[in-house]
Amino acid sequence: MDDLKQKYLGLIADTADEAGLEQLRVQSLGKKGEISLAMRELGRMTPEERQVAGPALNALKDEINSALLAKKAGLADAALDARLRTEWLDVTLPARDRRQGTIHPISQVTEEVTAIFADMGFAVAEGPQIESDWYNFDALNIPGHHPARAEMDTFYTHRAPGDNRPPHVLRTHTSPVQIRSLEANGAPTRIICPGRVYRADYDQTHTPMFHQVEGLAIDKDISMANLKWVLEEFVKAYFEVDTVDIRFRASHFPFTEPSAEVDIRCSWEGGTLKVGEGDDWLEILGSGMVHPKVLQAAGVDPTQWQGFAFGMGIDRIAMLKYGIPDLRAFFDSDLRWLRHYGFAALDVPTLHGGLSR
Amino acid sequence: MKFTLSWLKRHLETDATVAQIAEALTDLGLEVEGIENPAERLADFTIGYVQSAEKHPDADKLQVCQVTTKDGPTQIICGAPNARAGITVVIASPGTYVPGIDTTIGVGKIRGIESFGMMCSEREMELSEEHDGIIELPEGEVGQSFSDWLSIHDPARVDPVIEIAITPNRPDALGVRGVARDLAARGLGTLKPCDVDVVPAEFTADMKVSIDDDTLDGCPIFCGRLIRGVRNGPSPAWLQTQLRAIGLRPISFLVDVTNWFTYDLNRPLHVFDADKVAGNLRVHRAAGGEVMTALDDKVYTLQTGQMVISDDNGPESIAGIMGGADTGCTLDTVNVFVESAYWDPVQIAYAGRALKVNSDARYRFERGIDPAFTPDGLEHAVRMIVDHAGGEASKLIQAGRVPDTARAYKLDAKRVISLVGMEIPESTQRQTLTALGFRLEGDMANVPSWRPDVQGEADLVEEVARIASLTKLQGKPLPRMTAGVPKPILTMGQVRQQAGKRTAAVLGYNECVTYSFVDREAATLFGGGDDATMLENPISTEMSHMRPNLLPGLLRAAARNQARGFMDMALFEVGAGFHGGEPGEQHALISGVLIGRTGPKDVHGTSRPVDVYDAKADVEAVLAAMGAPAKVQILRGAADWWHPGRHGKICLGPKKVLAVFGELHPKVLREMDIKGPAVGFTIWPDELPLPKNKTTTRGPLIATDLQAVERDFAFVVDSQVEALTLVNAAAGADKALITDVRVFDEFIGGSLGEGKKSLAVTVRLQPTEATLKDADIEAVSARIVEKVTKATGGILRG
Repeated sequence: MDDLKQKYLGLIADTADEAGLEQLRVQSLGKKGEISLAMRELGRMTPEERQVAGPALNALKDEINSALLAKKAGLADAALDARLRTEWLDVTLPARDRRQGTIHPISQVTEEVTAIFADMGFAVAEGPQIESDWYNFDALNIPGHHPARAEMDTFYTHRAPGDNRPPHVLRTHTSPVQIRSLEANGAPTRIICPGRVYRADYDQTHTPMFHQVEGLAIDKDISMANLKWVLEEFVKAYFEVDTVDIRFRASHFPFTEPSAEVDIRCSWEGGTLKVGEGDDWLEILGSGMVHPKVLQAAGVDPTQWQGFAFGMGIDRIAMLKYGIPDLRAFFDSDLRWLRHYGFAALDVPTLHGGLSR
Repeated sequence: MKFTLSWLKRHLETDATVAQIAEALTDLGLEVEGIENPAERLADFTIGYVQSAEKHPDADKLQVCQVTTKDGPTQIICGAPNARAGITVVIASPGTYVPGIDTTIGVGKIRGIESFGMMCSEREMELSEEHDGIIELPEGEVGQSFSDWLSIHDPARVDPVIEIAITPNRPDALGVRGVARDLAARGLGTLKPCDVDVVPAEFTADMKVSIDDDTLDGCPIFCGRLIRGVRNGPSPAWLQTQLRAIGLRPISFLVDVTNWFTYDLNRPLHVFDADKVAGNLRVHRAAGGEVMTALDDKVYTLQTGQMVISDDNGPESIAGIMGGADTGCTLDTVNVFVESAYWDPVQIAYAGRALKVNSDARYRFERGIDPAFTPDGLEHAVRMIVDHAGGEASKLIQAGRVPDTARAYKLDAKRVISLVGMEIPESTQRQTLTALGFRLEGDMANVPSWRPDVQGEADLVEEVARIASLTKLQGKPLPRMTAGVPKPILTMGQVRQQAGKRTAAVLGYNECVTYSFVDREAATLFGGGDDATMLENPISTEMSHMRPNLLPGLLRAAARNQARGFMDMALFEVGAGFHGGEPGEQHALISGVLIGRTGPKDVHGTSRPVDVYDAKADVEAVLAAMGAPAKVQILRGAADWWHPGRHGKICLGPKKVLAVFGELHPKVLREMDIKGPAVGFTIWPDELPLPKNKTTTRGPLIATDLQAVERDFAFVVDSQVEALTLVNAAAGADKALITDVRVFDEFIGGSLGEGKKSLAVTVRLQPTEATLKDADIEAVSARIVEKVTKATGGILRG
């Protein structure tokens, strides 16, 4: 029996292909195979002989079977290895093209600003871009003769002959949204109003359309000191710096009183803006306590309610934060610009994850 | 508004430096836009004394001078003809920058002999064009700074010029005195008195002045005095220097006086050559059509109602805006009529705007000068004229009277503190207002006549706050409206637009922000361009009409990129389209365009021209991200800028259009200069229905372990039959069993013959109770064929 075992294990080891293995299987374990025949001999044995030979034959059968299977797996692996050796691709070839989309800086920065103010409880209000002169001017304490009207380079809409109403305007700021929001919802309120605004001006630093975000907070006891804190917190969060030095400068806007222009301390070393350090001051927004006449115009009792408003250019703060040099390019849709200054689709600014990467 | 330091000091007693004054001005709301300080440029130059001068051994024109300077005895080589012993000179020591020759002085050897500095001429320090020799000072202490020496001996040459921006509410600060008053209130000095020594009247003039009754609301008071026998000519040097310093050109004394008071006391005046005035002066309203030549030598045609000053010959002055050329003063003027009047700001603003005249007078009258100062302003001018140019002055000629602007507002000290958020004691508040000219009676503050902007209590708050300094204001936290974790603040619409935006970018589109106005042609191609959406004053014809939708802007952008050599692109924009010219006649839109090929040509051969199914895939993905219902109808019949046969409207019923996708009409593409295929989509976000229930829980997942079966069917149908009809029919054969019907093949023509096509679908059957038997599958297959045949007339392909 040992001979048989040695014979077949040797033959299996020497076999080089699956067909040879199959032949050996038939020859040894097949119906008429050598081992099968030996098994048949068991019947003629004495019980004592059988007790010895039976298990031995079974063990031999199992052993040969395992050897066959192991060899078979080994041959398959070798064949696969041989095939894979021929399957070589130049993986330095470019991948299939996938377009890369981008989000415009205006959208990105608007979302950043929204995230910051949302945390302080400000909702986002929107309104018409074509406005009546009442909402754009009169309600904001800018009467017809006010020099600010002439200085704002307002776009007017066409009036058909015979239509003697004053022409509508393209809103010169998003302040009309504040009026509409107060009319609709009253006080107390906290809103920001981001959106497109228009002024008839076009040169190196002006485009006839740009974007503003204005803020409004009205309550019983909101003060200018609260305004300063809110803006300090905003500037720190937006520019992602730990400390910031902001300066309120007395100024004048018809719709606020007192009014202040707001500067932030910065440096321009090497042409790059650093907020929070240095000796320069950068004007970034206008603000003040809402004028009682404005509250009145919006149907809010100024003896009961008070609060602040502020406004700044979204395009401008985008340029400052991201080092974008030319305002005009924002609206040109040059693919190279969109790809260079745009943001990845999934770069959603959040306070918990950070505004920028 | 410009003024010099010495001019300011005419009104303000102060020791403050220019830097302190500038800082205070900006903080007070009178923002400093620039300071020109000649002393700064001269700060490094010092005074020296030449002890000896000997000819340079190797140069004829050079002298070797031994000079006592701030550094002690110093050797300086000098080429100036007047360099000699015993003169006091100005030294630029080594390291000093000399602006006139744009050089920083160093230690050097000149023809072999060392020189430790330079003695300067006026031109070298940019003081004048004088360059005949070095400066010789009459006296001076060695080592003293030259700028200090100048400020004592010749202050006009180092008089700093300060330019400030004036906000429209502060006409009082358009005069140097008003600026001084603010600084005094801040504590930077004391306001000097400004009394006038009235010139006694010598005679009564024949000339009379009248104001028409209908003009009194625009000109409540008009004062004048006639001065006989003046000698006009150039102004005295101090006056010329001050005018020049602020950028005005001296003209003649009489004219310069009016300009000077305009800036000094914010009191515009006018001088008539009395010999050229015919008869009396009358202030009235123009009938319209009168023509006159103003002092700027331009001819103006007056409009009905505008205020004008006429003599017997007709209009001689556009009231409050500009005098007339005919009666203007010249160097020959000997009899002058000086006018000081008050003009209503609103009327001046409208007239100035209508006539398109800008002048210092209009600028000030339309902001509002001090009406009560009208007579005194005149007296100041008359005094200055008589003192310098001689002559005798008439009695005051006056029409109308000073209008009553008296008003008082309550100073509520607590409210000031509440609004500003700064502890300003009531005594300080009262002191501030008093310093600004308010008169306090109890808690009522009477407003000074020069502050037309103060119209209520809030203005008092502003005055107190700005003098107290907003720079000093400390921020105070704004508490949350409700404690705890902030609630979401975006509306469903805002969230959806953001999701749409981000999804479009994920799909490879670049977001654009294009102008809201486009040219008429482009607007017209996309259903706009009518007069209702036209701008009255566009800045160019390319920006004349509000865009009807986003496609014209995107296609113009695409054409610009193609012109730069980028032929393939995916652009999108989110914004408003305008369907009318009234507020609110705008609607939210999301549009994308795909142009050219899907990508650059590549080794995998995947690049192909974009087609309508790309646009469809993208619009469906964006809609899904925005939460649009999955079950929609696809209808045709969208606007005519789409290819009539290759577009679809994604609808919930025929009236509820959520979006359109398709190929753009070839004619539109040609007009817009787009090369290559172009497809696109437009979504109306506001049309998307809001979710019905606001629960966060989802329905249970039904996932059975029973084997699903897929069966393929191919039908021959007429080529106009739409796949969706067939799919819906098949799906309707057994709604419980059929979970999906997918079109996987379309084959047109060939052996099928003209007008026919084959559509092949895979139907997925998912049993829920027991494994499907052959008989079950046969049965549902038969129903599918029956339904499809009924709906489309199609027959199962053998």
